[in-house]
Amino acid sequence: MDLFSSISLGFSVALDPFNILYCFVGVLLGTLVGVLPGIGPTATIAMLLPITFSLNAETALIMLAGIYYGAQYGGSTTAILINLPGESSAAVTAIDGYQMARQGRAGPALAAAAIGSFFAGSVATFLLAAFAPPLARAALNFGAPEYFSLIVLGLLVSIALAHGSILKALGMIVLGLLLGMVGQDIYTGTPRFTFGLRELFGGLNFVAVAVGVFGVAEILRNLENEHEREVGVKAVKNLWLTRDDIRRIIMPVLRGTGLGSILGILPGGGHILSAFASYSAEKRLSKNPEEFGKGAIEGVAGPESANNAAAQTSFIPLMTLGIPAHPVMALMIGAFILQGITPGPNVINEQPALFWGIIASMWIGNLLLVILNLPLVGLWVKMLSIPYRVLFPAIVLFACIGTFSINQNVYDIYAIAFFGIVGYLLIRFGCEPAPLLLGFVLGPLLEEHLRRAMIISRGDPMIFIERPISATLLAMALAAVIVAVLPSIRRKRAEVFVEED
Amino acid sequence: MALNASKNDLASGAIFVAFGAYFALEAMRYEFGTPFRMGPGFMPIVLGGILVALGIAVAAKGIGKPDEEAAPPWPWRGIALVLGTVLFFAATIRGLGFIPVVLISGFVTAMSSVKNNLVSALIISVGLCVLCLLIFVVGLGMIVPLVGPWLRF
Repeated sequence: MDLFSSISLGFSVALDPFNILYCFVGVLLGTLVGVLPGIGPTATIAMLLPITFSLNAETALIMLAGIYYGAQYGGSTTAILINLPGESSAAVTAIDGYQMARQGRAGPALAAAAIGSFFAGSVATFLLAAFAPPLARAALNFGAPEYFSLIVLGLLVSIALAHGSILKALGMIVLGLLLGMVGQDIYTGTPRFTFGLRELFGGLNFVAVAVGVFGVAEILRNLENEHEREVGVKAVKNLWLTRDDIRRIIMPVLRGTGLGSILGILPGGGHILSAFASYSAEKRLSKNPEEFGKGAIEGVAGPESANNAAAQTSFIPLMTLGIPAHPVMALMIGAFILQGITPGPNVINEQPALFWGIIASMWIGNLLLVILNLPLVGLWVKMLSIPYRVLFPAIVLFACIGTFSINQNVYDIYAIAFFGIVGYLLIRFGCEPAPLLLGFVLGPLLEEHLRRAMIISRGDPMIFIERPISATLLAMALAAVIVAVLPSIRRKRAEVFVEED
Repeated sequence: MALNASKNDLASGAIFVAFGAYFALEAMRYEFGTPFRMGPGFMPIVLGGILVALGIAVAAKGIGKPDEEAAPPWPWRGIALVLGTVLFFAATIRGLGFIPVVLISGFVTAMSSVKNNLVSALIISVGLCVLCLLIFVVGLGMIVPLVGPWLRF
């Protein structure tokens, strides 16, 4: 099937009125959680996974994908209006966006963010459509050793991109891998770490782990210091960009799209890194770098384009290899599995309507987002006045009820409490939660492929180095670690991430 | 007592060591296997060992480098009430049923914020109960007793 007929197949799925409706619901919810600080797309998608049970696979995944990229849009709105990024990747947008808002230019800042995001989202979706099929074909030749090396690469690159201590990030990954081993052993059926509870034989419920670590832990974090948000801008007028604005944002949008598309494929929050990378690139290339930090429109358009492009291209490893690039994608894997589909290179051939339908829905979703975000921005500003003290009891209850409704298993809810407190402690002590969830999802895969590869090679570990693809992947993984610990790069990393505060 | 070390690093290191040690020791009871045919204990023992080592390294790195910022206050009330609610929910959802559990849980969680008082917490919990009932039971057809067996006479 050539690209054109594939894409038209996709649109025939995505333009189904029912799917458009759920795509709309997805981007609406995404914008909402993006706008509301204290709840991010990871916790939301985890809580909504049970709801998608009753939908068919296309509709469910179209909605969940919409939540994810919708949150990228919503996060920028709060960043601009109240200097509070609703989503981590919007932290950069807050630097110049909020300054623009204070100068009465909130409208153009929002418009620049939306236009940049729309353009970047569309281009990156096209890249996804163009590059996913050949990559999936290549991945069909992957055996157990290649998959093992690929997972190792994914895990290690995610450390290089995480900010904070590398040792702690490594520790979180290994802890995640270990937690992924709870349950019956795949080869022998031996129950492991189950405390003799039959409910744990199937492993820890990953929705419970996700809402514990990302939902409950975050609530506890917010209860440390309660303060009300202040909405500085009550009404947003005049969304139009001047001709001068348009001239100034064209190149940043293009560069941001390019950077974001490439970095988005990398595991471990490529969308955050790409926003920072785009900001520092624009600052360096600008003729007036002193304007940055004081309301430069380039500093809004570039990073916003970059993080949206990255949000789209981060679907590439998921859809072609079945390997998640970050926690939200790990949850998407869960959604595939709930629907009885094994994510990986076969999806594109066995479920073409699903594969192309999701891609086509991204264009529609991006268009819906522009409509949702520009004319309706006043509505989102109102949303911000919902106080946190009303919001978080809702999050706790939704998490409990949603998790319980998956398997009617009360141990899943005990798991939320356990991971809530463990997650809170670890986050408080300076560890990032994302690598833990990534390790948790990849743990069983890693073990399975390692053991299978060792059986193929009759116990000879050289198999990982003798097979060329596997060796290349491992070499890249090694390079990622070396790069991450090199002192000069470490200083750069610190510089890049320091602007977040 | 002035501790010349990063409390954050020591604490996170200790958590890693504890988890690593638990997994490795527990996995000793499973068959280790050979590299050719790895048993169920192989990966947990190896990874548990790595985690213990990482935990020690994290803690060691923190020695001599006290935290620059003072730790934020512990949200004791939040921890107790939020976690308590989750545990309460798990323990009673089958027995008390959906409506009483959601009402009580919503009320107690709302009280964990110092900004809520009895009246606002009550309003929040009733509102949430109606909302959850509409979304999960009416909308999604979740099968759960609305009032559980413990409350039926």
